[in-house]
Amino acid sequence: MNVSLTVNGAAHTVDVDEDTPLLWVLRERCGLTGTKFGCGVGACGACTVHVDGEPARSCSIPVVAVQGRSITTIEGLGAERLHRVQRAWIEYQVPQCGYCQSGMIMAAVALLQRIPQPTDADIDAAITNLCRCGTYERVRRAIHAAAAADLTRADHG
Amino acid sequence: MGKWTRRAVLAAGGLLGGGLVLGVGGLAIAPNRLGVRRKEEELPQLTTWLKIAPDNSVIVVVPHCDMGQGVPTALAMMAAEELDADWSLVRVEEAPADPIYANGYLVPVFVPQLADPPALFARGLDYTSFKLSQLMGLQVTGGSSSVRGTGQFGMRMAGAAARSMLLQAAAQLWQVDVRDCTAKLSRVVHEASGRSATFGELADAAARLDPPHRPPLKARTEYSIVGRPVPRLDIPAKVNGSAKYAIDVSLPDMLYATIEAVPIFGAKIGSVDSQAAESLPGVRRIVRLENAVAVVADSYWRALKALRALQITYTTNETALADSASLFERIASTINEDAGKAIDKAGDAARTLERASRVIEAEYRVPFVAHATLEPMCATAKVDGESCEVWTGVQDPLAARKVAADALGIDPKNVVVHNHLLGGGFGRRLPGCHDFVEQAVKIAKELSPTPVKLIWSREEDLRHDFYRPAVLARFRAALDDSGRPIVWSSKFNGLLAGDRSAPRCPYDIEHRDIRAYDVAHAVRVGAWRSVAHSEHGFFTESFIDELAYAAQEDPLQFRLKLLKNPRHRRVLERAAELAGWGQPLEPGLGRGVAVVESFGSVVAEIAEVSVRDRAIKVERVLAVVDCGEVIHPDTAAAQIEGGIVFGLSAALFDAITIRGGAVEQANFFDYRLPKLADAPRTVVEFLKSDAPMGGLGEPGVPPIAPAVANAVFAATGIRLRELPLRLPG
Repeated sequence: MNVSLTVNGAAHTVDVDEDTPLLWVLRERCGLTGTKFGCGVGACGACTVHVDGEPARSCSIPVVAVQGRSITTIEGLGAERLHRVQRAWIEYQVPQCGYCQSGMIMAAVALLQRIPQPTDADIDAAITNLCRCGTYERVRRAIHAAAAADLTRADHG
Repeated sequence: MGKWTRRAVLAAGGLLGGGLVLGVGGLAIAPNRLGVRRKEEELPQLTTWLKIAPDNSVIVVVPHCDMGQGVPTALAMMAAEELDADWSLVRVEEAPADPIYANGYLVPVFVPQLADPPALFARGLDYTSFKLSQLMGLQVTGGSSSVRGTGQFGMRMAGAAARSMLLQAAAQLWQVDVRDCTAKLSRVVHEASGRSATFGELADAAARLDPPHRPPLKARTEYSIVGRPVPRLDIPAKVNGSAKYAIDVSLPDMLYATIEAVPIFGAKIGSVDSQAAESLPGVRRIVRLENAVAVVADSYWRALKALRALQITYTTNETALADSASLFERIASTINEDAGKAIDKAGDAARTLERASRVIEAEYRVPFVAHATLEPMCATAKVDGESCEVWTGVQDPLAARKVAADALGIDPKNVVVHNHLLGGGFGRRLPGCHDFVEQAVKIAKELSPTPVKLIWSREEDLRHDFYRPAVLARFRAALDDSGRPIVWSSKFNGLLAGDRSAPRCPYDIEHRDIRAYDVAHAVRVGAWRSVAHSEHGFFTESFIDELAYAAQEDPLQFRLKLLKNPRHRRVLERAAELAGWGQPLEPGLGRGVAVVESFGSVVAEIAEVSVRDRAIKVERVLAVVDCGEVIHPDTAAAQIEGGIVFGLSAALFDAITIRGGAVEQANFFDYRLPKLADAPRTVVEFLKSDAPMGGLGEPGVPPIAPAVANAVFAATGIRLRELPLRLPG
């Protein structure tokens, strides 16, 4: 069936099986490979994108369920200028292999939208993405830094 | 008869389109034919490369993959340092999987001092896991060896040789004494005349010179790039989704495959009913391999749905059926009955044990564990007649090339491997573990010449790993009247071939008897980040802790008293200082210590652990490291931080268990990895050290499990001797 999506502000119409997970539509049909496959069951968060601004694990959402909704992937996050979370990620040299980091960054951005000044407990509860390289300490520090940047620079970008 | 030997070799020449190219590598020399090159195998294998282009850019070609360890940046720093390059002009490329990777008109010369490792390096080299002669000319990334091997012997040499040639070229051009020329920030300057030229401007002339035999290397005090936390070159692409992993490969007309291998170890496929699967939309082919069935379709999702629709039966071999409990029973009886293989023997352990007044015994166990790289195994292959291209991410692209060639029965020369960033390695993508590459080319052959991307599901990944072995270890020790250990004896299974350093006892104990046993089973095993140190660190550092308590001594002081190696003592003492060892903790908290030397580095870790409602939480870890010289301090710290979390996964969560001959776990729901909330606060400190350079990818892993187990004992009085650590209910 034909499914219409808005991805990073651009309209896409793709002919796919309606049960195809959003992840595979993004990767194989929209050419957006920044969103990663890790488990296929919504357990690792490597596939995290935003659907209407809310974090969602795209490997477990049938594409038909997001028809007509606005989807943001890592490629759309800092298209013009790096998002402050991405900048914090560079400043704190967070990634190692980097494979989980697209999802990790999307989860962090969503957290800061919901809680601009998260505590450690907020971060623990919200960031349930898996990182096999063990970058968690830096993720935590970078989220706090990005939150602080919001305060000092009134930077919402 | 003699042995083939390798000599280090340096070669230089011109770049196509201008510039200087310089390579360092190994040359295999046949017995009794020193220096005579007759066969193709005797051509130099140049794996470390430096290119200087006319636009003054410097390209460092790194013969190692990027699996997150930051090695490409560290290696480029070492080359740029000796070259006196402007760091902002330096780029990194991964070397293609080609054994020669050389232009025909290169001028190779021997570098005599590299034929044997210089004395400084030789002192600390662990020849069982790290051999210069093996590293040179191979493209393996493993054994925590990239910086101390390729960096020390390749990158530094390449940078220094290129610098010498550029200085020489400038001196000839200006007709001045080369000793009056200096190199700085990618320029050569002759101060007296005020002349200067960029490296790029001099590269062509330098390329016409013979490379030097002994390019001078800098002293550590002269460094301006090495030792500083320069931003990693790979990170910008890893925060915006543009970094390309093997799973991201896209080719025209590419099809997608997914696969199910026989889940029961040692079993074979019986029948495959593919009628329902074949009728599903988008399905192009069902490919039956020797022990696996793959579905090829026009999307991964369609391939996966069709795979699930297949009806597959297996023929099982009764002896292959096993479960973890019966395996441990078999190990327990084998190490009782058999004599085993001596790893270390000193004095008379048996007699001293018989006569000793105090004997302490303990039995420890670790289960199989999976690597669980976050990027599942994947490879894309295109087979066209007698040639093949492979796009994958592996820790040794040359080995993958051979795997692909053998699977197709073609010459490796006709296989091109495009290696990508690895979404985690940890040993899963080492040579010997490229089963997914073999599958991909066999599937692609059936669809030739259409390229096929094979992606494993997570379930396939967890059920068909090369697991860290399940190991049972039995320890016995005797204490003398003063509480000092006089006997250390251990028996265990599961030691991977060649890895004999891990089970040795680092403590000064007179009578020792350390034996390894082989217990055959059908489960595939392999190197898991830090290899045998991951389990033997747990055993040794738990048992020494038990002895300390038996002797009624402080576990830290007990260790310090028994350690002869000053590196071990220094890291322990500093970690104790950082942790405030001896100061009281809140109730419910416990502190545990461990120190392990692996891959040439010594790491002490102190864990502060809380125990509430039987739940173990690691609150804080203090790690102190002696790895010799540190090239990139921030990346070095990141490797230790990551190693701690990786080690915690086995300490607290992971276990692969076997039932009915198959792995029971399926996905991250039942193979639980640590999450952010489980990650402790970590403090990592590197000691200033003149010790030979050690590795960093792995040494952070081994001390954490025993440090946590020891902390649990300190908090609760309960000694846990099995991983993952679980308090009894």
